[in-house]
Amino acid sequence: MLDQTAKRRLPARPGVGYKPQHFSSILADPTPVEWLEIHAENYMGDGGRPLAQLRHLAERFPISVHGVGLSIGGEAALDRDHLARLKQLCGWLDPASFSEHLAWSTHGAEFLNDLLPLPYTEATLARVCAHIDEVQDHVGRRMLLENPSVYVNFTETNLDEIDFLTEIAKRTGCGLLLDVNNVYVSCTNRQTDPGDYIDRFPHDLVGEIHLGGHDEDADDAGAPLLIDAHGSEVVDPVWQLYARTLARGGAKPTLIEWDNDVPDWPVLAEEATRAARILDGVPA
Amino acid sequence: MSQSEFRAALLDPSRPAPEGLTGPAGQPAGRRFDVYRNNVTVSLTEALRQAFPVIRKLVGEEFFTAMAREHLRAHPPASPLMMFYGAAMPAFLETFPPVAHLGYLPDIARLELALRQSYHAADAAPVAAEALQTLTPDAFVAARLRLAPSVRLLRSCWPIHAIWTANARNGTAPKQATAEDVLIVRPDFDPEPLLLPAGAAPFVAALAEGRTVGEALDAAGAFDLTATLGLLLGGSAIVGIITGE
Amino acid sequence: MSHSVKTLAVAGSLAAALAGHMATPAAAQEAKEKCFGVALAGQNDCAAGPGTTCAGTSKVDYQGNSWKLVPAGTCATMELPDGRMGSLEALDRDLPQG
Repeated sequence: MLDQTAKRRLPARPGVGYKPQHFSSILADPTPVEWLEIHAENYMGDGGRPLAQLRHLAERFPISVHGVGLSIGGEAALDRDHLARLKQLCGWLDPASFSEHLAWSTHGAEFLNDLLPLPYTEATLARVCAHIDEVQDHVGRRMLLENPSVYVNFTETNLDEIDFLTEIAKRTGCGLLLDVNNVYVSCTNRQTDPGDYIDRFPHDLVGEIHLGGHDEDADDAGAPLLIDAHGSEVVDPVWQLYARTLARGGAKPTLIEWDNDVPDWPVLAEEATRAARILDGVPA
Repeated sequence: MSQSEFRAALLDPSRPAPEGLTGPAGQPAGRRFDVYRNNVTVSLTEALRQAFPVIRKLVGEEFFTAMAREHLRAHPPASPLMMFYGAAMPAFLETFPPVAHLGYLPDIARLELALRQSYHAADAAPVAAEALQTLTPDAFVAARLRLAPSVRLLRSCWPIHAIWTANARNGTAPKQATAEDVLIVRPDFDPEPLLLPAGAAPFVAALAEGRTVGEALDAAGAFDLTATLGLLLGGSAIVGIITGE
Repeated sequence: MSHSVKTLAVAGSLAAALAGHMATPAAAQEAKEKCFGVALAGQNDCAAGPGTTCAGTSKVDYQGNSWKLVPAGTCATMELPDGRMGSLEALDRDLPQG
C-alpha cells in the first residue's frame, strides 16, 4: 500500500488507462500496474458511480489526470467553464500528474471529439504558450503536453515539431508527455525516421510515456498511413522505439493506452508486464 | 488555413480536403484528411449509439447509424463532457421525417437522457424513515420534501415505461397505448425508471418545485398516494424534510 | 377535501408507505458500499452514457446518406391490444386524445 507522499508522483513503472469494466480486476490484483490514468472529462459529473470508483482507486493508486477536451491548440480562447471543471477535479483529487494534448477539438460552440492538428509556426507557438500559461495559472499546477499523432502536413508549418514542443516547455515551464506510438505513427505518415525523432527529443523534459496500438492503412498513392486507434497490442517496432527512449532518457512512468475494443484485464496486464520487463533493465 | 475551413470540410463530405494540407511529398492530403473525417464521424456515432441504446433497438442498427450521422452533423456536441451528448436528440426526432410515424421516439430519447443525468447527478443520503415517522400528520402536510439530485420526472402521453422496459430489460411489449409517467430514482448508483401511479406526476412535480406536501396534493387530482410515497421512500428519493414556514 | 380529512388521509398513506419501506431488509445499506464496482446484476451500465476518446479509427464512415432506409428495429413488431401485430403507426391510432 502506498503512503500519501508516494501517491503524489507517478512511479517510473507501468500504468494503464483506467476503464470501469476493469475495476474489480484491478482491486483483486493489479500486478504489474502501479498507477492509473483517467480522462478528466469522464469525471466531471456531479457524483454517482464514476466519482465513487475514482475516490476508491485514488486511495490505492497514484492517479494521472489526462485531459482530452481543452483544445489547447484552438484558435479561440480556452473554455473558462472547462478550465473551472479541471481546477475542481484536480483540486479534490490532487492527482500525481496532469496532462493534455498539442491539438484542438473545439470550434466555436462545437466540440468535435477528435484531436485535430495545427501547423507549427511562430503564431501558433505564441498562442499555444498563452493557453498553457492560462491552464497552469488557473489549475494551479504544472502540466505535461503530449506530442500528437498526425496524418497530414501543413504547408504553412515552418518549425520542427520537436523544436516547437521544446520551445513551449521553455517558455511556459510545462513538461512533456512522450507518446512513443504517436512518434511512430507521425514519423511513418511523414516519411521521416522515428528513431531519429527519439534521439533528438528533450528527454529531460519528459514526465510520462504513452504506448498504444495503431491500425495500418494506406494513402491515395498506396503509401503507409498509420492511424492511432488504441484498439490493439503495441507493435514490435514501437516496443523497440520504447527501449531506445528509455536508453536515452532513463526509466519513466509508462502508460498502456487501450481505448477501442477494450480487452479483458489479463490482456492489458500482459502489455503492462512487457513494459515492466523493459523498465526493469533501465536505471531510473 | 483557418480552423473554420478545416472544420467545414470535416463535417461536409462534399467538400474537398482544405488547401494547405498535404502528404509528405507535397501532394494533396486526400485520404489523409479523411482520417479526421472518419475519426469525428465514427466517434460521435459511437457516442450516440451508447447514449441511446433503446432508440437504437427500436429503429434498428443500420437505421440508427445512418440517422446518427445526420444528427451529429446538425448537432455536434456543445461541450467536451461526452456523457451528456445528445441533448438535441428529442427535438431532432420530432422533426426527422423518416421517423415521423413513431411519435413516441422523442419521449424515449428524453427518458434515456434523463437516466444519464440521473447516473451522473450528485450523491445525497436519504432521510431515515424514522424522521418521517416522528412527524405529526399536520407537520407532514406542512413540510417540504427535498428530492435527491438524481430524481427525474418524465410525463408522456405514450407508454414510455413499457416501451423502455420491453427493449432495455426484455420486458413485455406494451399491450395498450396508454399515457405513462416515469419517476427515475437512484437508490445507490443505478438509476431506475419507475412507473408512477396514474395522476401522481403533478404531486411529484410540485414537491420537486419545493412546494409543501399539502400544496402538492392540491396540485394533483385523485391518485394513489401510498404507492407514490412508497416509490419515493423505496427509491431513496427523499433527502431532506423542511418543516415550518 | 377539507383540511382535516386530507390530513387524515395523508397520515394513513404515509404510515402505510413507511410500513412497506421498513419491511425491506436492512442489509441493503452494507451492500451499497460494495456495489459501486458493478452495475446491477444482469444489467449493463448503459446509463453511464458515452465516454471520451483520445484515439482515432480506421473505420470509414463520413459519406452522405442516401435515405432509402426505414426503421427496422423492435418498433415494427409491437403487440397491440386486439392481437394485431403491427407497427406503431397502428399504435398511434390507439392513442387516447390529450
